Amino acid sequence: MSKGRGGSRLITLDARPTLSPKARLRVDKKTGQKVLLYPEKGLLLNATGARILELCDGERTVAGIVEVLVSEHTAGAPDTISSEVTAFLQRLFDTGLVRTGPS
Amino acid sequence: MTEERPYTLIAELTYRCPLRCVYCSNPTDFAAHKDALSTEDWKRVLTEADELGVMQLNLTGGEPLLRNDLEEIVAHAAGLGLYTNLITSGLPLVRERLVALRDAGIDSVQLSIQDVEKESSERIAGRESFAHKLDVAAWVQELGIPLTVNTVLHRENIGHVPGIVELAERFGAERLELANAQYLAWALLNRDRLLPTRAALEEARRHALSARERLKGRMEVLFVLPDYYSDRPKACMSGWGKRYIVVSPDGLALPCHLAHTLPGLPRESVRTRALAAIWDDSPLFQAFRGDEWMPEPCASCERKAVDFGGCRCQAFHLTGNAAATDPACALSADHGVVERARALAERLVPAERLATKGGDARAPRTEGDSGLRYRDPPRRSELGGDAER
Repeated sequence: MSKGRGGSRLITLDARPTLSPKARLRVDKKTGQKVLLYPEKGLLLNATGARILELCDGERTVAGIVEVLVSEHTAGAPDTISSEVTAFLQRLFDTGLVRTGPS
Repeated sequence: MTEERPYTLIAELTYRCPLRCVYCSNPTDFAAHKDALSTEDWKRVLTEADELGVMQLNLTGGEPLLRNDLEEIVAHAAGLGLYTNLITSGLPLVRERLVALRDAGIDSVQLSIQDVEKESSERIAGRESFAHKLDVAAWVQELGIPLTVNTVLHRENIGHVPGIVELAERFGAERLELANAQYLAWALLNRDRLLPTRAALEEARRHALSARERLKGRMEVLFVLPDYYSDRPKACMSGWGKRYIVVSPDGLALPCHLAHTLPGLPRESVRTRALAAIWDDSPLFQAFRGDEWMPEPCASCERKAVDFGGCRCQAFHLTGNAAATDPACALSADHGVVERARALAERLVPAERLATKGGDARAPRTEGDSGLRYRDPPRRSELGGDAER
């Protein structure tokens, strides 16, 4: 089985997310906004969403991503950030845009 | 000048295709539309599309692999940062060329699979093709290119959804698109043979939804309902001149795949005008943009911002009026056309439906044993005598 496919279906704080091969992050030249492209579709991202995906390198854990966001003064209490990051990545995981490496 | 912007360019590189699928979405007079754009023309169109804000590129046809300059077009798209989807029958493709296309920058491959096994697949495709498609799927997987399996559903294969899912899983597909035929062009000619019953459709949908749940995070399972059964029209192209530009092999810029089958609309060619000018204010792209063109019951309907009045081509091909409410809508005065087609689907039993001789993949050209009409170049007389020119 290929890496990260068919493993745990829940994004936990110790998961190591990475973008799936079909997903590509780029800048929308018209707006400067980041967008996640995948077959026939695109997802417009806000600044935090884009930052989270940039941090998904397959090595860093979800907890590690939250730490970086907190250190970068992202708005919200650490617990709130943590649950929002987890929920965001879970949504992308469920649609196959994010995968998880070995925990 | 419009505030809309296109996100997707659908480049129909050629209408030529080795397959003869009975539901092909190319216009029935496709042979009258020759490939007229050079490599440089296509590259310029992509550059202009990128400048308009397009980020998704669908390279399709017909069969895009029939263009020898496909690699060069792909490389140009990749240079612009476009997300490039190659939508293909897999014929003709050899492994070496797939490597070249991957290296040129293809982001995803969408491979059509007609059915789960050889005989029924080839009856629909009108030629031997199944074994080669299995090879192509294996190469795509081996080369690590994200794969979408595209299967058009109709009454001959709608009972095979579990098998199609299994096949897509075996291919390691990232995505499975189970799209019911859209009953336009060739599918409209064959509608009475292709439209499934409501019961069969519901069962297929249940299978698709359960596969979607089971495969969550591994394979995305899309299920596109036929609008003949939805009672509300589909948001065709996400609205006319709103998100998509189609460019046909002969260089027409179109708001949808079949807009050139609507009479009375001016033609716009990318050979004579810049894409931005066509998009921004051409009468063609303005014709059904927004909601000012809408008749009742659309004009006062709450859903007009959801379905944009449905499909203009369906309105024209079923009622003769492109500005009519889409007959797929239960509120349309012409909805009876759709109801009658559904009633006919209920009456036909399988044995009457398809009396094809077992194992005969060499399908009849037209009105033969199966009663299906295969996509073929129309006869000279259908084209006013200049088909060969």
